[in-house]
Amino acid sequence: MRDTPLSNCERLFLLKAIEAKKRLDGRQTYDYRNIKITFGTDYGCCSVELGKTRVLCQVSCELVPPKDSRPTEGIMFFNLELSPMASPAFEPNRQSELLVTLNRQLERCLRNSKCIDTESLCVVSGEKVWQIRVDVHVLNQDGNLMDAASIAAISALSHFRRPDVAIQGQDVTVVSPETAEKRPRLFICISYLLVDPCEREERVKDGLLVIAMNKHREICSIQSSGGIMLLKDQVLRCSKIASVKVSEITELINKALENDRKIRKEGGKFGFAESMPKERITTLKRDDAPVEMTDVKETASDIVNRTETTTEVVPSPVLVAMGTAQVGEGIVNSWALDEDEEDEPQTEDRKTGTVSDVCFCAVE
Amino acid sequence: MDTIHACFKEKIGEVLLPGDVFSIRLSESGDGSIKTEKIICGPGLRRNGEEVQVCKSGILRHKQPNMYWIDSQQRRYVPAKGESVIGIVTAKSGDIFKVDVGGSEQASLSYLAFEGATKRNRPNVQVGDLVYGQFTIANKDMEPELVCIDSCGRANGMGVFGADGLLFKVSLGLVRRLLAPQSEIIKDLEKIFPFELVVGMNGRVWVKAKAVQQTLIVTNLLETCENMTSQQRQTLFKRVAEGSL
Repeated sequence: MRDTPLSNCERLFLLKAIEAKKRLDGRQTYDYRNIKITFGTDYGCCSVELGKTRVLCQVSCELVPPKDSRPTEGIMFFNLELSPMASPAFEPNRQSELLVTLNRQLERCLRNSKCIDTESLCVVSGEKVWQIRVDVHVLNQDGNLMDAASIAAISALSHFRRPDVAIQGQDVTVVSPETAEKRPRLFICISYLLVDPCEREERVKDGLLVIAMNKHREICSIQSSGGIMLLKDQVLRCSKIASVKVSEITELINKALENDRKIRKEGGKFGFAESMPKERITTLKRDDAPVEMTDVKETASDIVNRTETTTEVVPSPVLVAMGTAQVGEGIVNSWALDEDEEDEPQTEDRKTGTVSDVCFCAVE
Repeated sequence: MDTIHACFKEKIGEVLLPGDVFSIRLSESGDGSIKTEKIICGPGLRRNGEEVQVCKSGILRHKQPNMYWIDSQQRRYVPAKGESVIGIVTAKSGDIFKVDVGGSEQASLSYLAFEGATKRNRPNVQVGDLVYGQFTIANKDMEPELVCIDSCGRANGMGVFGADGLLFKVSLGLVRRLLAPQSEIIKDLEKIFPFELVVGMNGRVWVKAKAVQQTLIVTNLLETCENMTSQQRQTLFKRVAEGSL
């Protein structure tokens, strides 16, 4: 479906507002919108809300044989999807330019930054390594998908617990998670030149500068698109602002992780259901409606009397073989050996008799 | 037939759901004479033989003498004949402009449907401009058609507008409240500072004030006062008025 076109007056107004250093929703020029990070019940599931932009990320892992060229390294696989519920402009199964750009940028930021040590993902060199799969879904588009996606991916990776592996000779047994931990360094993408644009501001932009950086002020990647000419000091200024923002966001992520860990340890409730506020828009009040109550007692006692006529049949244990006894079976035992088949029909008849009785009563 | 009015009257102000039925029983009137009364079913009500069915969820409203309709919350606009809307011109093809009004199809606007337009004297309309027009044809079988003149041939406020100012989208319920004759929201807003306002029934509102900051304030106020009671709204407006002075 086509998105509503941007009218000329909107474009002019937005540009004028940006020149006058005014944002549409009253923020300061370099302010981010409210970031909310919530974790789900499973490890590695994270939802990030950047204003109205919502992104969900899930991290999972499985054991696979490694690539031939790198037998001692694990594999990381990134996938970002634009769901049609995010915006009427997103159509399912359409490879749009935006999707490719986002995917590429996310992959570059997380893979090349080595935020996860791929050597540590190796279990048996040359045979079994962990493949970590990061799936990001965009649930609502209101500008600045890149930042939201990278925050979600990094938070989910930090939250994820890889199962522990015990190796005994050739056998590999996987122990359930909650034991192993992984601490990637946090890299976050910040988009420019207008910090954190909302959807309409994004449409007016001519170009985009994305800086991926971590809190130690190490830049992982810079990408400039749109063909705008940037001066050297503009780029430097952007990177300074980025470092400030990155430290703030890293704080936020760490706090959210801490909270989640605390709640899980205390045994309290965690997950998405707890973090979503219950909102009720309307409640309808109706007057009490009269209900026919005259015959209720009689019909109820009737039903009770009728059900009492059957006796409970407790199936007695049948000795199948020495040391093995069977107590009641509802379905044909497909494990039965040839000797038991003679007994089967007799026991079945008895059982079916009682079964049909019970059914009859329930219908009544 | 007072029975119809009685049927409706007891439900005025109540929340109704699609599928609720008002059946008109003719046998009630003992005497042979059947007085035929006209009842106008507004949006959300539909006549189905001898019954009137509710097809949208909302509150039943009544206007004298005989108009009933369902007041519902909706953001998606469905073009209806006679309504004035704000559209965005998306394409110019031959003799007509294609205008996006927020419905499922784009409406067409002939270039002769402007005041003082002739074949030689074409109106100055570019792609991306805002137009305020009325629907002459708007049903589910055909592409809707807009015009920017009324039946006498005068513009009457319609046409291209908005070189400045900001366009934004609100829900249809708020738009109807703004367009009501004695709208409290407008009266409260007027007290803060002067501004120009164009309201389209498709949920689009255009605002222009003297400064960029004031325009943004009005925009944000209108977007937030949708779910507020009048008390909350008045306190909010008062706070803004004191802050801006």
